[in-house]
Amino acid sequence: MSDTLTLPTRRDEAFRYADLAALEPLWPLATQEIRVAAGEAGALALVLDGTNADARDLSIVLEDGASFDLRLLNAGSAYGRIAVSVTLGKAAKFHLGAAQIAGGDQTAEIVTQVTHAEPDALSTQIVRSVLAGHATGTYLGKVAVARGAIGTDGSQSIRAMLLDRTATANARPELEIYADDVKCAHGCAVGELDPQSLFYLAQRGLPPAQAKKLMLQAFIAEAFVGAADEETLTQAALDALEAIL
Amino acid sequence: MLKIENLSAIVADKPILKGLSLTINPGEIHAIMGPNGAGKSTLGYTLGGRPGYDVTGGSVSFAGEDLFALEPHERAAAGLFLGFQYPVEIPGVSFVQFLREAANAQRKVRGEAPLSGGEFLKLAKEKAGLLRMEMDMLKRPVNVGFSGGEKKRAEMVQMGILDPKLAILDETDSGLDIDALRICGEGINAIMRKPDKAVLLITHYQRLLDYVKPDFVHVLAGGRIVRTGGPELALELEEQGYEAVAA
Ligand SMILES: Nc1ncnc2c1ncn2[C@@H]1O[C@H](COP(=O)(O)OP(=O)(O)OP(=O)(O)O)[C@@H](O)[C@H]1O
Ligand SMILES: [Mg+2]
Repeated sequence: MSDTLTLPTRRDEAFRYADLAALEPLWPLATQEIRVAAGEAGALALVLDGTNADARDLSIVLEDGASFDLRLLNAGSAYGRIAVSVTLGKAAKFHLGAAQIAGGDQTAEIVTQVTHAEPDALSTQIVRSVLAGHATGTYLGKVAVARGAIGTDGSQSIRAMLLDRTATANARPELEIYADDVKCAHGCAVGELDPQSLFYLAQRGLPPAQAKKLMLQAFIAEAFVGAADEETLTQAALDALEAIL
Repeated sequence: MLKIENLSAIVADKPILKGLSLTINPGEIHAIMGPNGAGKSTLGYTLGGRPGYDVTGGSVSFAGEDLFALEPHERAAAGLFLGFQYPVEIPGVSFVQFLREAANAQRKVRGEAPLSGGEFLKLAKEKAGLLRMEMDMLKRPVNVGFSGGEKKRAEMVQMGILDPKLAILDETDSGLDIDALRICGEGINAIMRKPDKAVLLITHYQRLLDYVKPDFVHVLAGGRIVRTGGPELALELEEQGYEAVAA
């Protein structure tokens, strides 16, 4: 996506909510290319949890019948951006499970472009964001179904929790379909923790931060269910959560 | 143990408690009865510190401390337990994990060592057994899919595990079948009828008081205690209704 040397502007759809000032010193980004041969399986867990701004660009090509399991934890204490472009061959399978955790004035974003180039491929995307303070969490995700890619199954489940009214969640799942007989679904929800539940937990003795963490645990865990390093990822996410509560 | 003096509170800008006074000593069991909308649950929530229930006057001391100087979780750690009229369902959070964390959070405030996983499970099993509740139910998410009666029973299991000084039980009897009413009544006695503990039962019916015999019965109407008596007052109310008795 960063095939240009000049820094993008906000007019560029994929950078609409980006922290351009934080991005500038990192530009241009090197694209990490991944190719999975026909019938093979690949997996990657990418964790951004450092203290410096970080931006990654992934390009994944899945040949016919290949599969890929991508897990992202975007939880650094500065700007974090992960852009992923995936092209699926015939009957290929792609799964994304991602969690973004941000507080303070941070911007966290995940931008995906999933192209079903051939028939019968499956893509699933689950993104869970927890945003506190004045943080902004963004998901921009386009699923494109090429002409002739019949039997495509693409889904996007995008949910965000705002811990403070001052935090912002942007979620834009997009579909671009040029084929018939296609099953694409997307769900998008932004919520807040239920104050009644928080009081119930507090009445039993849990301090506010611990009560919130308990309630968010299952929400975040959805991003990492079934991952090879599910436990490590979930624990890293909970540690990041503790830092913003 | 609990001394409420002239307490006033508002909910959503509406005055609900209007100068309520009540003293509860260790070893005592008190019952509060009163018409719908009188402010009984409001009293419990205000004492528990629920957001949106604002104290506008009066004072409450609990175990020698100014109750309103404490956060809700600190009130719990100080020994205040509120059995909810409508226990809250919390998907994704298991009872076992929640209660272990809650018990240990309370212990931490009191400077006690945390319970290990094994110690906690032993305690939970014992209290679930006391209330005849299957341990498997405590592995489920908090109150999710529980029947009305099961939720009330689970409240009592929680009370057993957390072992409070003062329990305010808001209509614990509503929703319970005949056997469950007896089991919960006996549970309350087993857990709370001790010289250093006290109970405030909020109820509409005599039936719970048959099992948990109160020392005092109060009538709450219009945001204040309008009459106080012994156990016989509950029977009188049941026969004659509030209008006659509290007029
Ligand atoms: N969030 C709220 N907004 C507006 N009014 C409220 C709110 N919560 C409680 N009230 C009002 O406060 C009054 C007291 O309610 P409360 O629940 O304390 O009554 P109660 O004595 O427990 O009644 P019941 O026997 O029906 O349980 C009622 O008139 C109720 O409508
Ligand atoms: Mg009530």
